[in-house]
This record gives sequence, structure tokens and C-alpha cells, in this order.
Amino acid sequence: MYNFEYEKPSSVVDAVAALASDEAQALGGGQTLIPTMKQRLASPAKLVSLSGVAEMQGVSADGGLLTVGGAVTHAEVAAQASAYPALARMAGRIGDPAVRNRGTIGGSLANNDPSADYPAAALASAATVVTNAREIAADDFFQGMFDTALDEGEIITSVKFAVPQAASYQKFVQPASRFALVGVFVAKHADGVRVAVTGASEEGVFRWGEAEAALSADFAADAIAGLSLDPSGMIGDLHGTKEYRAHLVGVMTKRAVAAAT
Amino acid sequence: MPKDSGIGASPKRREDVRFLTGNGNYTDDINLHGQAYAAFARSNVANGKINSVDTSAAEAMPGVLAVFTGEDFVEVGGNPAGWYIESRDGTPMKEPKRPVLAHGKVRHVGDAYAAVIAETYEQARDAVEALEVDIDELPAVASSVAALAEGAPLVHDEIETNLCFDWGWIEDNRAATDEAIKNAPHVTTLELVNNRLVPNAMEPRASTANYNPGTGDYTLYTTSQNPHLTRLLICAFVMGIPENKLTVIAPDVGGGFGSKIYHYGEEALVLAAAKKLGRPVKWTADRSESFLTDAHGRDHVTTIELATETDGTFIAIRTSTLANVGAYLSNFSTCVPTFLHGTLMAGNYAVPNVYVNLKAVITNTAPVDAYRGAGRPEATYSIERVIDKCARELGIDPIAIRRKNFIKPDQFPYTTPVGLQYDTGDYDAVMDKLEEIGDLAGFPARRAESEANGKIRGLGINSYIEACGIAPSNLVGVLGARVGLYDAATVRVNATGTLAVMVGAHSHGQGHETAFPQVVAEMLGIDEGLIEIVHGDTSKIPFGMGTYGSRSLAVCGSAVVRATEKIIKKATKIAAHMMEASEADIEFKDGQFSVTGTDKSVAFGEVAFKAYVPHDFPAEELEPGLEETAFYDPANFTYPAGAYACEVEVDPDTGKVSIERFSAADDFGNIINPMIVDGQVHGGIGQGIGQALLEGCVYDEDGQLLSASYMDYAMPRADDLPFYAVDHSCQTPCTHNPLGVKGCGEAGAIGSPPAVVNAVVDALQSAGKDVTHIDMPLSPGRVWAAMNG
Repeated sequence: MYNFEYEKPSSVVDAVAALASDEAQALGGGQTLIPTMKQRLASPAKLVSLSGVAEMQGVSADGGLLTVGGAVTHAEVAAQASAYPALARMAGRIGDPAVRNRGTIGGSLANNDPSADYPAAALASAATVVTNAREIAADDFFQGMFDTALDEGEIITSVKFAVPQAASYQKFVQPASRFALVGVFVAKHADGVRVAVTGASEEGVFRWGEAEAALSADFAADAIAGLSLDPSGMIGDLHGTKEYRAHLVGVMTKRAVAAAT
Repeated sequence: MPKDSGIGASPKRREDVRFLTGNGNYTDDINLHGQAYAAFARSNVANGKINSVDTSAAEAMPGVLAVFTGEDFVEVGGNPAGWYIESRDGTPMKEPKRPVLAHGKVRHVGDAYAAVIAETYEQARDAVEALEVDIDELPAVASSVAALAEGAPLVHDEIETNLCFDWGWIEDNRAATDEAIKNAPHVTTLELVNNRLVPNAMEPRASTANYNPGTGDYTLYTTSQNPHLTRLLICAFVMGIPENKLTVIAPDVGGGFGSKIYHYGEEALVLAAAKKLGRPVKWTADRSESFLTDAHGRDHVTTIELATETDGTFIAIRTSTLANVGAYLSNFSTCVPTFLHGTLMAGNYAVPNVYVNLKAVITNTAPVDAYRGAGRPEATYSIERVIDKCARELGIDPIAIRRKNFIKPDQFPYTTPVGLQYDTGDYDAVMDKLEEIGDLAGFPARRAESEANGKIRGLGINSYIEACGIAPSNLVGVLGARVGLYDAATVRVNATGTLAVMVGAHSHGQGHETAFPQVVAEMLGIDEGLIEIVHGDTSKIPFGMGTYGSRSLAVCGSAVVRATEKIIKKATKIAAHMMEASEADIEFKDGQFSVTGTDKSVAFGEVAFKAYVPHDFPAEELEPGLEETAFYDPANFTYPAGAYACEVEVDPDTGKVSIERFSAADDFGNIINPMIVDGQVHGGIGQGIGQALLEGCVYDEDGQLLSASYMDYAMPRADDLPFYAVDHSCQTPCTHNPLGVKGCGEAGAIGSPPAVVNAVVDALQSAGKDVTHIDMPLSPGRVWAAMNG
């Protein structure tokens, strides 16, 4: 690891100011950034920890909307998001206890790892990503592997989830990393079903439109029995071919529908 | 009533107190005054010509004390292969030089070509990045198949081939085996890959060297399974340091699994640096270096043929294997695929014709050497997979076909066609035990239950034999070994009756500090707590060969017994003098020397005191003191054997395999500490299941390691493994060592992979899938592809 400066502001304003300096990098829980720095693959001049920012804490529910502060850890969501059980359950199965007690929702969404769980939850929930500057709909936020709508220095201060009528996240883990080889978040909203898929695509998290249409018409696992995804855009690697991932999306979607509560 | 001490008891492991309370003393815990740090520059290409390494900028970096390149070691020796193999045509194996630092060429990703010594580790790493290096990347060969292709790039230009040797075992069997297979009514053929593995000891390799300019003495603290062997290699082959001037200390070592048997260049580098700087120099591998440079395991590509009568009677086995040995010949890389693999190719079976052809192939990958089981898992996997396939083809039950061909108890000692003489065994008894502990009769009901839950269930059977405690030295010398394979122990009785037992074996997870005292305590009739085991320090212990190949108890334990016998013999003489009796009338029992037919007795501790305070002592007949050393060179290998059963459920939607039951019946001969044996078997099965389902070391065709971290290399976790049923009550004691023990450290890793794969194939067959084989690891994607192929 190379040397770096470290700041821990207590307000969003101070955090934004700290991030304005050259080669400054926001630090959420550090579950991706710190290992990358240890391997000398990243060398920010300054880390700005967001964990002490007061406005970015807490989980609250209000009239069908669950709001999670940008610095809230996965363990906190697992314990406190009872208004949205499928989300709490998903958060409780990210990584291992050490990861869940450090990693944050803001960090996960801003990183947009193609195998991370939160992007699927946010997309399926039609979440709104709130930053220091604006509000971004989940549909506009994710822009491909490790790419988001965030501008340089922009901070996710909270995430607002529309709590669905029923939802479930089904994850098939990659055996080594235990990230999602394929993860599917199905959410049934009053205005239709959303199906968000992580782990599978070379473009990062995506919505499976055909399945959404079929499930909006008939919210039953059998409704998508005849559907299949084109493998060509899927990730193929040591742990699964493109065809396998495309197949797993179907399996996990069916399981999510069957398990949705 | 189970014993609570001595042989057969299960006292808790005394070493665990310090390990579990953070009081272990590992190499990286040792910090010496004035210590500097080494970091290595490693190749990021698999094959490359080094045009230049400009060190000037690095030397000017803050804190930098010295920079070494391959040029600095041109004059010193290379790290040798420890076993000479002759090809079928009588030509010697090709032995490319293995330098301390690469010179002229780099030959695998991770190959070190320079090292920086600095005041801090971070400064050393910064300076490594400042080296100005000009390396031309060359085409690489990353697999044994690619390396033997016509016109393949050469790993070592000077040997003009990538073929290290082409070995036949036994060449005299070849014609008869070919003929038997040609004429056999049934031949089953199977092509398989024994997947390459990264050893993944919990503690990475580390070495700290010290040099005293006042005395010329070196000390090397290093992560070794065999400190004397490391010292011998460094002194006699690599650096020419007089053996009396180098102490090698392997303190607590956090797992080896074979990867810490060998001498590595980093050890030589820190020694050279310590001398040059007159300061201690430390290096500790990070996990990436472990993945890239620890000697890997397995990596065989095999075709095996099994010829049988139509009733399943075995007629002949013939195998043809490519063994990838990596870019350089690690110390036992040439022995593992030959004498630890080819010699086991008869398995537990009376099969009259066996012929093994093995080509060792040099590639642009990390060196490959012994990894838990070392050759024997590869042999067992090939045999037991082809038997399973054969049984299916002939419609014979997999247990029945094995029983039909087992060597029977009255056939021992049994000489196989591949050069081993099994001393004892009862394979049917072990299989009976397996059927009992695995409740194999209940399998159909369990299968029906799984099917009712939408899963497909399979049962896999395996029986294995292994050869442990590789020996004797006279024989292995004829076969090409360049070292002896005895071990040694010194039993030092202190004046107050406590003991220090100095052993050549090295404990890095095996529990020697608990088990060895049980043996000595049993023999002397004293409390185990009075006995201390000393190991790992060449300045304290007799010259022993360390720990690998499940040899510690069978070989070093036998030396402990012999030394203790000498102690008893001398103590008997002292006791006879003390009680004014004839030596012939002295009886030694429960720690008391008594005169037969009288009530006179003296305790062992009193005799010890007399030995060291020798007043009224028969000085004309006996030396004072009570300390004895024994070297033990076994008469033969030992032959543990067992039968394993694995039951899996396969999820037909995803291909995911889950292990539902796993049963292991082993014959280890006599058992010293059943709890430790259970633990050894559990760990071995964990690694075997890891190989079967999860672990795969994969290079791409350019020689880049794709599975270079835990993000892509899947280690078994607790929830991947079931509770095991293990049993070692079938005991046919070894006939040629004094304890009657056989060794248990590798059995689990040898016996489990074929059981798992056999179970998965059985499951898929039961679901009507025409799948006869899947190469390990049986990841969900591979199983799904096989089901839908």
C-alpha cells in the first residue's frame, strides 16, 4: 500500500469539500478499495471516509418508502430494514460478517461491481439514489460494469426504496468469491413486476424485460417457463460459461418468484 | 474403558494451547535487532528474455540497502532435483539449472529476477517498482500438452526439449500388458485430468536470515517441513556454506501440505543478503506470491485402460500420463509422478499385468511437486474412476467388482507387478466396515427421499492403498533418490526424571508434541507431562529428514522407540547396580525397576538421578548420563488402505453438488492417538473434497495464472463439507516397524476425490444422463454442462 492522506469529515458539505482535492477518493466500508490499495493497484492521494457523516446514517420507513443512509452498513440494513424483508434478507447474505459490518450501501452502489447484490435490489425496487447534488432513478444510475451516473466527487447520501408488494432475491454464488455468479431480484410493485439481474452480464446489472412482462401478466414461476436469455451478452469465465449464466438467470428468477413474500 | 494416557489414548493436543491463545512462534513473529526487509521483482510474463535489469534508480530510493539480480548468483550452484530418473531409452532426465534468481530468462509468472533489501518492507516494494527492466515476452507453453506439441517454444533452451523424461514402469511389463489388453474380452478406457492445485498453507512462506561476521555463523529461520534437508540443500548444492556454519530453524509452521518440503530461492537470497549487509534480512510472502510461487500439486493428464474378463476379473492396467512439472524441477518433482505414483498403479487389487508410462513435461508454470498424497491421489483417482466405469459397463455392482479383485488376507506379503511388496492388509474387512458405518444398505431409501425433493442422489465408492514412510534408503538409492530416507531421535533424560525428546520429524499441524510423548510415556511408564518434544532446529536435533509422506510416526516414531529402548537398557543396568542385583533379574514395569521375586524396586526418576549424580556408580562399566540417539531406516514402505463412500445430491436445475454423507473406513495399523487420527482424516477429506468439487489452478494459454487469488480459487469452507463418519478400527499392524503403525496424514486426500466423482456420475446416471466422466473440479457449471451436453 502506498502512503495516503486520510480525512474523516462529519458532514456532507465537508466531505464534498475534502473530495475536491486532487486524487481524493471517497471511502465507504473499503471492502473493495482497501484490498485494491493493498495490492498497489490503486493509489489515491487522499481517502475521505464517509463513515462519520451524520446525514448519511440510519434506516427509516415511511409510507411505503424505505430510506437507507449512504453510510449504512449491510449488517445494519439486515437488522433494521424490517419494512422491506427481502432487502433485509439480501443484505444479511452479502459476503461474510466482517464484510457486512464494514461494507456500506453507498459504497456498493457507487462501485457497481457487476456481481454485487445491491445494484439488483436498487434496480428491482425502482430505488432513487440521492446524492449531495440530485436524485437519480436507479434506471438511470447504473451505466455498465463499475460505471454509474455519479460525477467526480459526488456522494450517495441515501437510497430510497419503494417497498414492493412482494419480493425476493435469489443468489447463486460463485464458489470462490461467493459473490453472485447470478443473482436475481424480483419485485412485484403495484404498477408491475421488475426483475433485476446481477452477476450475469458483461454490461453489469440489467432488467430482464421479457420476464417482467410475463410476470406482470401472471406472477407465477411457470409464467416464465418458456423464456430464455440470449447468452451472447453474458459473462463467461472460469466459473461458468455464458450459456450457464443465461440458464441460471431463468432458474433464479423462477425461484425468486416462488419465494417472493 | 478407554485409556486416558499412553498409546491409544486421546489427550488433547498440548500445542493447541499456544496456537489458540496467540502464543505460537512463527517465522514472521521472529524479529531480529537491525532487521532489514527483502522484496522480490517477479516476472509478469510466462516466458521472457531478460535484456537488462537497471538497478540504479532503485538503489537511489529511500531506505534501499542492496539490490540483487540473477547476475549476482551466476557463480553459485542451482537448486537440484532430489531424485534422478532415467527414461525408457536409458537416457538421463533433463535437468535444467534452477538459479536463486532468474538470469537470462524468466520462465513463469512469478519467477523472481531481482530482489531489493531496504529498511522497511514498503521501501523495498517501492524500489522493486523502480527497477528498470527490459524483458522481451516470448511465446509460452502453459500445459503439458502444449509443451510437447511440434514446434512448441522451449522453456529451457539449453536442454533443447520440454520433455524432462519418458519413464516406463516397469518396462519389462510392457509387452505382456499390451498383449493382455489386446486379447482381453473387455477393455474400459478413460481419459482424465487430475486437476492442478495450489497448496494454500494458512501461513505463507517466510524466511529470515542472520549472519554473524564475528563467527561466520549463519542462522536461517524458515517455514520448512524439514530443516535438515533445507540445510543440506543450501550448504551442499546452492551456496556452499559449510554445514557447521548454518543453523536452520523451522519454528512453528502453519501448515505445509508438501509445499514447505522444498528449498526455495528466497531462502538463499536472504542468506546472501544478510552476509553482504551484516544485518538480518526478512522476507514474508504475501498471498499473491504464495499463489504464484509455492510449488503446486497434481496436474496430470492420463489415459487409463482396464482390461477384464466379462465377469469383472482384472487382467491388466495400462496408463499413459503427462505430468506437468512446471518451469523448474522442484526437489521431489521427479519422484512424485514416478515412484509415488507408478508404483501404486495396482491399487488394492490382484491384477497380473500393469504398465505405466509417464512423461514429465517442463512448462512455463510454477514448479509442481508433492502436495498432500503426492502421486498416490493421482494413481488412486485413475484406478478407482476406471473401475467404476468398468463396473457400469459390465453391469456389476461397484463394491462387488472391487471385492472380486481385492488382494486377500492370505496373499500377504503380496508383491505387485509394479515393484511394491504390501506387507499386510484386509481390504474386505475395511469394506465391510464401510458398508456398516455408511449404512450403505439404506442408500436406496435415501435416494428415493432425495428424488421426492427434486434432487438426484448418487453413491460413490472408492478403495485406496497408499505407500507411506518412503524407504528404505538402500532401495530408494538404487531407484534414483539423492537423499536417505531414515529418521532420527535423541531421548535425553534429565537428572530429575523429565525428558527432552529431540526428533527429526517436524510438526506443522500433525500434533507430534502430543503423540510422541504418548509413545515414550507408554514405554517408560511415566506421565506424558514429563516429556517435551524438541523439533525444527538443526542445532538441537539429530539429522532427520522431516515430515512428509505420512512418515513421522512410522519412521521418526520408530527412531523414538529405538532410542527409548536404549534408555531402558542402560537404566536397567543402573537400576541393577542400585539394587545390587543381576541385570537379568530386573523387571521394568509401570515406571518401576524391581528385582524379580523381591519387594526391592527403584523408580525411573531415581535411576535418572543416579545417572547424573553418579556417586556409588559402576563407572568402570557404564558412562554417566542417560541420553540415547537412534537412527531408523525402515525395511519397507507402510501400506495404509481404506474404503470411502460419498453420497451426493445434485440439483438438476443448477448442477450444484452437495455432499450429504461421507464415510471413511481406514486401516492405519495401530493407532497412537485416535483423536489426532480423526483430525488428520477430517482434514485430508476436506482437501480431497476441495479438489473434487472446488479447487482448480488454471493458467491461460499464455501462462497467466487465472486463479491467482481467493476470488477465483475456491477453497473448501465449513459449509461445503458434511459431518464425516470415520472409523479406523480395522487394524492390520505394519509388520516391520516397532509400533505397527502405517501413517494417516494423506489418506483422506487420497481416498476422497474418486469417491466424490464416482458419486456424481452415479447420480447423473440414475437420472438417465449418459455421463461417464467429468473432470475435477466438479463445479456447478461443469456438472450442468455435462448433464445438458
